[in-house]
Amino acid sequence: MNALSWGAVEPQLPILLVVIPLLGALLTTFLRNSFMAWLVATVVAFTLPFISIHLLVSVLETGQPIVYKIGNWEAPFGIVYRVDQLSGYVLSVIAIIGAVIMPFARRSVAAEIEERARSWYYTMYLLCLAGLLGIVITGDAFNAFVFLEISSLATYVLIALGKNRRALLAAYQYLIMGTIGATLYVIGVGLLYVVTGTLNFDDLASRLSAAIIDPGQRNAVVTALGFIVVGLSLKLALFPMHMWLPNAYAYAPSFATAFLAGTATKAAIYLLVRVVFSVFGVGMTLENLPIGEVVIVLSIAAMFLASISAVFETNAKRMLAYSSVAQIGYITLGIAIANQAGMTGSLAHIANHAIMKTALFLALGAVFYRVGSVLYSDISGIGRKMPLTMAAFAVAGLGLMGTPGTAGFISKWYLAVAAIDDGMYSVVFLIVASSLISVVYIGRITEVVWFREPSKAAAKAKEAPLSMLIPLWLLVGATIYLGFDTRATVGTASEAAKMLLEGVQ
Amino acid sequence: MTNELNPGLIIILGALLVPLLPGRVLRGAYMLLLPIAAFAYLMGLPMGEMGQIELMNLSLVTLRVDKLSFVFGTIFLIATLLGVIYALHVGDWVQHTAGLIYSGSAIGAVFAGDFVTLFIFWEITAISSVFLVWASRNSSAMAAGLRYLVIQVGSGVILLAGVLIHYQQTGSIAFGAMGTETLAGQLILIAFGIKCAFPLLHNWLQDAYPQATVTGTVILSAFTTKLAVYALARGYAGTEILIPIGAVMTAFPIFFAVIENDLRRVLAYSLNNQLGFMVVGIGIGTELALNGTAAHAFCHILYKALLFMAMGAVLYRVGTIKGSELGGLYRSMPWTTVFCIVGAASISAFPLFSGFISKSLIISAAMKEGYYWVWLTLLFASAGVFHHSGIKIPYFAFFAHDSGKRCEEAPMNMLIAMAIAAAFCIGLGVYPDPLYALLPYEVKYDAYSLEHVVTQLQLLMFSALAFTVLMRTGIYPPELKSINLDTDWFYRVPGRHLAQVANQFRSITWQWVADSTVKLATKVHNALYRHHGPEGWFGRSWPTGTMAFWTTVTLGAVVILSYL
Repeated sequence: MNALSWGAVEPQLPILLVVIPLLGALLTTFLRNSFMAWLVATVVAFTLPFISIHLLVSVLETGQPIVYKIGNWEAPFGIVYRVDQLSGYVLSVIAIIGAVIMPFARRSVAAEIEERARSWYYTMYLLCLAGLLGIVITGDAFNAFVFLEISSLATYVLIALGKNRRALLAAYQYLIMGTIGATLYVIGVGLLYVVTGTLNFDDLASRLSAAIIDPGQRNAVVTALGFIVVGLSLKLALFPMHMWLPNAYAYAPSFATAFLAGTATKAAIYLLVRVVFSVFGVGMTLENLPIGEVVIVLSIAAMFLASISAVFETNAKRMLAYSSVAQIGYITLGIAIANQAGMTGSLAHIANHAIMKTALFLALGAVFYRVGSVLYSDISGIGRKMPLTMAAFAVAGLGLMGTPGTAGFISKWYLAVAAIDDGMYSVVFLIVASSLISVVYIGRITEVVWFREPSKAAAKAKEAPLSMLIPLWLLVGATIYLGFDTRATVGTASEAAKMLLEGVQ
Repeated sequence: MTNELNPGLIIILGALLVPLLPGRVLRGAYMLLLPIAAFAYLMGLPMGEMGQIELMNLSLVTLRVDKLSFVFGTIFLIATLLGVIYALHVGDWVQHTAGLIYSGSAIGAVFAGDFVTLFIFWEITAISSVFLVWASRNSSAMAAGLRYLVIQVGSGVILLAGVLIHYQQTGSIAFGAMGTETLAGQLILIAFGIKCAFPLLHNWLQDAYPQATVTGTVILSAFTTKLAVYALARGYAGTEILIPIGAVMTAFPIFFAVIENDLRRVLAYSLNNQLGFMVVGIGIGTELALNGTAAHAFCHILYKALLFMAMGAVLYRVGTIKGSELGGLYRSMPWTTVFCIVGAASISAFPLFSGFISKSLIISAAMKEGYYWVWLTLLFASAGVFHHSGIKIPYFAFFAHDSGKRCEEAPMNMLIAMAIAAAFCIGLGVYPDPLYALLPYEVKYDAYSLEHVVTQLQLLMFSALAFTVLMRTGIYPPELKSINLDTDWFYRVPGRHLAQVANQFRSITWQWVADSTVKLATKVHNALYRHHGPEGWFGRSWPTGTMAFWTTVTLGAVVILSYL
């Protein structure tokens, strides 16, 4: 038993965070019973938040990053896993979302996935989870690409298995686009490797500052940055590279949508922040190059154009997908403003948006489970039949609008403060105006589900089962709680922001 | 560090339990208890700033009890209680919960000691109140509700922008006197002005209130605008610009109210006119004027709620509230008729009714500070109120020609709510001292001086005389009688002709403004739909090639821009 004592296990936690879901995935491939597969996936998914939160807490306490050298190889030669304030925070968000939705999965997956594919479905889920956690925990640019591919390939399967035939096309399009994005990223990394001879983030950072002054190498570095930023922007669905997202979210199985909406884009945002701030240093990327301005313009375009599309959408999942594009715009906006308040707001919104959007998609998943559709015409009046589900939807919707008393308000507040701090009053106005559009699209669906006469399909529905309501209300409770007690989100996010902005000055 | 709870929160949190309670009796009893408990709690609170909490590195003062907030808090709690009683027969828990959250958040906002707390409650009033409009469950209420929601939340976000800039410039979020010199002060004034239905910012009120449910309108009429009046009194007392704004507010709705056929919409216009008096009082900003504003808000909430309750009862029983389709209902609804007349007498400021003792404070303050043209406008507006609310409302609904409609008297709970409001109207009119004692400043004012009573009675007696004469001689067809009578009387000095021309001009201009607004809105909507709708470029599914193309464009743009 000594070998398994806590003292021996604790140093291995960073690698366990990736190895446990990978092993879980392997195990589920041998299980033909879908309930057993679900059980394994659930147990695995629930161990991960404990590990990630433990890592985050010890980083926050010591203020020092935890560096894990795989196979004890030193950094430039081996791959390191690195948990600091930023990665610990994003790891925790992904792991918590990945766990909370598992009770929801069993009935939803049973209803939407064919019997023979169900065990595989959980395999893919665990692979995707391992990939996303890997992207965030690794300290190596190429290793991040590998995990990006692992999670993406698993994601394509998660989407393609949807019963709606359009899911296949949506997954195919996402596959092509995701591959283009990953390719652009890896081209950028390749260029960096040519210039610096290293792939480790820390080493890259120290060698790039020399390379950038060398006129012979500067062009390669600038091109690399462009490829990496655009490649990752595609993965995180920055306007106008968001086009794969509405259909992928709309036609994927409910469980996959809820999971991906909360985690997949967030991991890509993390990687972008990591590369732009820790590796390139914001001094070079955002101040001397126009990338900051480009991202600000695209973010604002996303906030408006995607929101307006959401207003006219009549498929509830697709409406929320457009809303995700707009919300990602808020996150990238704060990152591009790149001051303390903006960074804090964006990082806090990673968690807040993950929680709210997952809750919204879970609610729609529950409706789909009972009604078999999420078209407005089919779910009108469903609030009468599923009051608990739709009340949760309404509260999470309020969060999305940025209503005070919800988590969404906190992020919006910091973003507005960030814009004012930088003297960008017109951006304050745009943030405020775009949130009014979210009032319209959330208002519209609220009116449809609560005040219209129930449709034929809705009239026969009854309240969602408890296994769906509990995760839903947990997330909704967190939406409210994090609107008041912001230590977990804003507290950690501001630590991470401080670290990121210090690192470059 | 004190932990007193804002009384508004008691009602908001309490409201969340309403859906869970089974049975109408239990639920009703519980809902009645909430405002009473909150009031008892408020009584026990000391004056001062309490409930400090830390949020996002800001120290919030979630509870400030002083004389100004106390008088508004008290009347809001009374209005909450009346609203609950009036709605007891309704089975729909959505309305009950939304109504209570809405009332509670308005109360919470009144006791807010800083701008962030104010903003939080401000937004909750906006969001909860829209459910009272939507609860009518018809398509025009849906559309009106969504417009209302966007405007209300818009007011909130403008407030937020103003607060943020104010905080950035001064480092303070305390909710106190603001000036109009700074950008922050202007933004916050606009935010308050939207909720207060300033001229040109007012349309949401007439748009949404008459669309709300029978009980919803009663609750809506009490809080949103008076909350804005409170906020203005707190932040902008003595701001000169408010005097002309308020004067315009008192006068312009009269023209609309005169020609309006929907009686609840008539009341919505007269609501605007009454707000004008309060805004003028704030603009004057003397102790007398601010007392007048607070007192008028107090009385106004009661008689306006009473009038909306009476019209609601008619709508509930008859199913229509169009003036041309009603008439003769005094036979069927005698009690409602009596209560409505009490409300009408109060809003017309008859001596011995509540409007008299509060409105005269503001009018006297205008006189005393030498704002003679304002004083004249207010007198004109007072007469106008008498016309459209004092005569038109009860006359068309309960008398006029007999529509032949027979119905039951209003439900008992509605009658009780109306009776309580009516009792307040008469009680405060006869014996105003308890209200005067509540006001922010010491009152050295006798409403029942000979001069005040005689002036007011002259105004009213002439109307009554003319009304009787015209009724006897039967010069005018019944529906138009009161309109022409009053127009004639009021516009005698400028001349009836001018009034007609003005009216015509107004209707032509208005038609043009309304038409072009609708056209523009349709155009914008169509354009947005063309691009963002399911068939539009932004809303449809794209071929993979398009996706790749835009990725390439972005990549090219980023790299090229980097080299420049």
